[in-house]
Amino acid sequence: MFSGRPLHLDGPLLIALVFLSALGLVVIFSASGENWDVMLKQGARLGVSVVAMLILAQVSPETFRRLSPHLFVIGLIALLGVLVIGVSAKGAQRWLDLGVVRFQPSELMKLAVPMAVAWLLTRGRMPPSFSMVMAALMVTLIPAGLVVIQPDLGTAIMLIVSGMIVVFLAGIRWHHIMMLLAALAALAPFLWSRLDGYQQQRILTLFDPFADPLGSGYQAIQAQIAIGSAGIWGKGWLEGSQSHLEFIPERSTDFIFAVFAEEFGLIGVLMLVLLYLFIVGRCLVMAYHTRDTYSRLLIGALALTFFFYLFVNLGMVSGILPIVGVPLPLISYGGTSMLTLMAGFGMIMGMHARRRLMT
Amino acid sequence: MAASELPSARAVAPETVRRRIRIAAVMALALSLILIWRFYSLQVLQYERYQTLSLDNHIRIQAVPPVRGLILDRHGVVLAQNTAVHILQVVPEKVHDMEVMLRKVDDLVGLSTTEVEAFRSRLKKHPSFEKVLLKARLDDVETATFAVNEYRFPGVTLEAVLHRDYPQGSLVSHVLGYVGRISESEEAMIDPAAYQGVRSIGKIGIEKQYEDLLLGRPGFAQVEIDAHGRTLRTISRNSATPGNTLNLTIDADLQRIAREALGNQRGAVVAIAPSSGEVLTMASSPSFDPNLFVDGIDQQTYDALRGLEDRPLLNRVLYGRYAPGSTIKPVIAQAILDAGISPRESVYCPGWYTLPDSTRRYRCWKKTGHGPVNLHGAVEQSCDVYFYEMGRRLGIEGMADVLTRFGLGAVTGVDLPKEPDGLVPTPQWKRATRNESWYPGEDLITVIGQGYLMVTPMQLARMTATLANRGIPVQPRLLLSKEDSLSGEIIPSNVSSQPAKPATEASLDQVIQSMTAVMHSPRGTARASGRRSPYQIAGKTGTAQVIGIAQDEEYDESVIPEKFHDHALFIAFAPVDNPQIAIAVVVENGGSGAKVAAPIARKIMDRFFQKKLQRAAAPSKHHVFG
Repeated sequence: MFSGRPLHLDGPLLIALVFLSALGLVVIFSASGENWDVMLKQGARLGVSVVAMLILAQVSPETFRRLSPHLFVIGLIALLGVLVIGVSAKGAQRWLDLGVVRFQPSELMKLAVPMAVAWLLTRGRMPPSFSMVMAALMVTLIPAGLVVIQPDLGTAIMLIVSGMIVVFLAGIRWHHIMMLLAALAALAPFLWSRLDGYQQQRILTLFDPFADPLGSGYQAIQAQIAIGSAGIWGKGWLEGSQSHLEFIPERSTDFIFAVFAEEFGLIGVLMLVLLYLFIVGRCLVMAYHTRDTYSRLLIGALALTFFFYLFVNLGMVSGILPIVGVPLPLISYGGTSMLTLMAGFGMIMGMHARRRLMT
Repeated sequence: MAASELPSARAVAPETVRRRIRIAAVMALALSLILIWRFYSLQVLQYERYQTLSLDNHIRIQAVPPVRGLILDRHGVVLAQNTAVHILQVVPEKVHDMEVMLRKVDDLVGLSTTEVEAFRSRLKKHPSFEKVLLKARLDDVETATFAVNEYRFPGVTLEAVLHRDYPQGSLVSHVLGYVGRISESEEAMIDPAAYQGVRSIGKIGIEKQYEDLLLGRPGFAQVEIDAHGRTLRTISRNSATPGNTLNLTIDADLQRIAREALGNQRGAVVAIAPSSGEVLTMASSPSFDPNLFVDGIDQQTYDALRGLEDRPLLNRVLYGRYAPGSTIKPVIAQAILDAGISPRESVYCPGWYTLPDSTRRYRCWKKTGHGPVNLHGAVEQSCDVYFYEMGRRLGIEGMADVLTRFGLGAVTGVDLPKEPDGLVPTPQWKRATRNESWYPGEDLITVIGQGYLMVTPMQLARMTATLANRGIPVQPRLLLSKEDSLSGEIIPSNVSSQPAKPATEASLDQVIQSMTAVMHSPRGTARASGRRSPYQIAGKTGTAQVIGIAQDEEYDESVIPEKFHDHALFIAFAPVDNPQIAIAVVVENGGSGAKVAAPIARKIMDRFFQKKLQRAAAPSKHHVFG
């Protein structure tokens, strides 16, 4: 049963993940102003997340596949529940209070959406027909829409991306991709008008952050100063003046990469990006090796979504993408996102380890 | 599991997915290269630039909000000023637990549900590193209590800010309007740089009209901070430029007289200087306290104010639309003269009038009739029958022409936002809006200022001033002068050039004589209010039936009379020979114009001329301490 892999784990991936998370704790310690409390709290979350990963690695891919539509429906109901009876924090209504734990349905959806789309597409022919693509689009857009009105634009974008990656991997025809892109372009002015003023401002700020240095450009400028002033070698751990003078807003969460880049310089940035790419690459290799379509789609989608998180976060911190609240995966302070990611990696390892059972 | 699903799910995955994974991997690599290039560019190519910026960065720039300009009356009485108050602000990302903090602050200084709700909604709209207002006005005890406990509240700061204050309360609220918190829709309109650190904006009235002049320009302070972000010292200060001080044409004292004379009645009084258009008094009753709006009025109070049948928020002078009644008769008289009809021609008034081929009787206000009346007598005694006959002869076009020339049914151009226009009806208008033709009977209704005709008290005042000017129209204005905050220079507001006078002087003199008779002859309708005045008054009473509600689209909700008594109206100017004040008075459901509206005008005129005399007697008052 173990087929040479204890607990269905994957050695290289596990080591990389543990190394990355440990690095995250080190950066959080600095970003929080050397606050042991914050770091230990995050450490505890990491522990819980690793346990979740271990458990999920033991579940068979067939079970996941069967559960996919149910999980999706549960997530959808929970999202509706959030809008009706949800609890707000930091201005957005994202949480359900279940008495014992607070639960954030949009995080569940980060797994449930790619699972549901993969489930849907594997029921039909490959590559998917146009109607299948439209069905997958609906499965993606409905939860994303519910998340947008919480409001949580960042998570909604990530949900759409994860669903679309599955569709892409399933082999959607190129002319269908073109049609979808054309539709998006046609809708763009409408979508733009639906954005809040501050969101529009964040996009405009990209082009010239120094136009409004005290307002919307502030965050972008301060982050770029932190990154740029680090040079090749960085200012050293706990030595980032930008970070420690509290110039960088949200420096333990969405902007934590600016702290890292300030303290560890371009060398650190390269190492970290390589570490992330190793994780993504390892997962893609695992997807390559699995034999059933569902596993291959899901592993590929989870890995590429993980990469997309990295890209959006680094892009926004370095000022080439607008500021949408997307955390740096496995490093930003905050528990739920880490739990979801680790759960996803657990599923990946499990699916890969049992790839032979499926044939 | 249905067996039919199994093949596709379990089948060896097709090569497509593998091919796509390879494509995606290449795309991910390309995106990574973009990121790495970006970091290379920031950290290597632009390193020196950012290093310099970083070193400079222990200096922080803070916006210094400007002080809003004062608003004074024409003699320097303060109508709007700024007073220091303490507020609580929160930087959300520095607060450990928002709920605990709110509870503790509530225990200490008290937070209303409204305040907490407003705070929560503001939280959503601001990034977590920006200050968000928690409590707007702390009294002295609350300020002191919080100050000694401030250390217990990381992220919560107590700050002293300037706060708009209207010391005259409800006296001039309709003119001034008020400032309030900048709303989301306003935020989208304004230039954020001009409003750095500014919390409020003019919402209506003068505060809105002259927002640009009152606002001022924010300044910036460079402060040096320590490793914990605390301010060490201010390095340089680019002071904010305070807004201009505005002198209004309003005389607060006359305004008070007008408000007192109106008492509890619903109505409007407006007095303007005919030669300059300066608005001396603009009173609308009932009124409201503008101070309620400064911190953002709570929904309950606002709904209560809006819901009141008396509509205290409505500035009746500008937005109230009324049938002018007989107050337009002097202007119609002018049209009669212009049409070449002899002022000596008499019409016999039996108390009613019928159109040539009709039996319907149009009644005069005096049931027993006036007997034979000529133009002079018809204005003096407000004989409706005379005007019915003349209205028939002039026709609606002739009347609409003269009413329009005297500014009725058109905006007066007074410097307040969103002035409505009112309505002078024409057959074309009726055809266009109601698809009906014009009936001769409607000529008769229009000639006595009823029917579709709708004017604002401000338009009536402008018409009166035009009469006083012997036909030269004038544009009413509220801004007397502005004082430049930097140079101290006083700049009078521009008097706009006026179009040529519409009437011949000689014929207007005849009309004015009749208006003088209204006040001072034994048969004048307002003789009670003209009695024993040391100056000569020319006036005209009006009593307008409350037939229905104005049909116009935009402002019809603003004039909903709950009772159906007649509105009392009165217009007058004085002295007749050298007019210095022109007044229009409307008292809703007040009944008779002569009994209710005219005495109000008289009180204002008495006070106005009394003050003139006092000022003339003590000319050097301002130099006593100089």
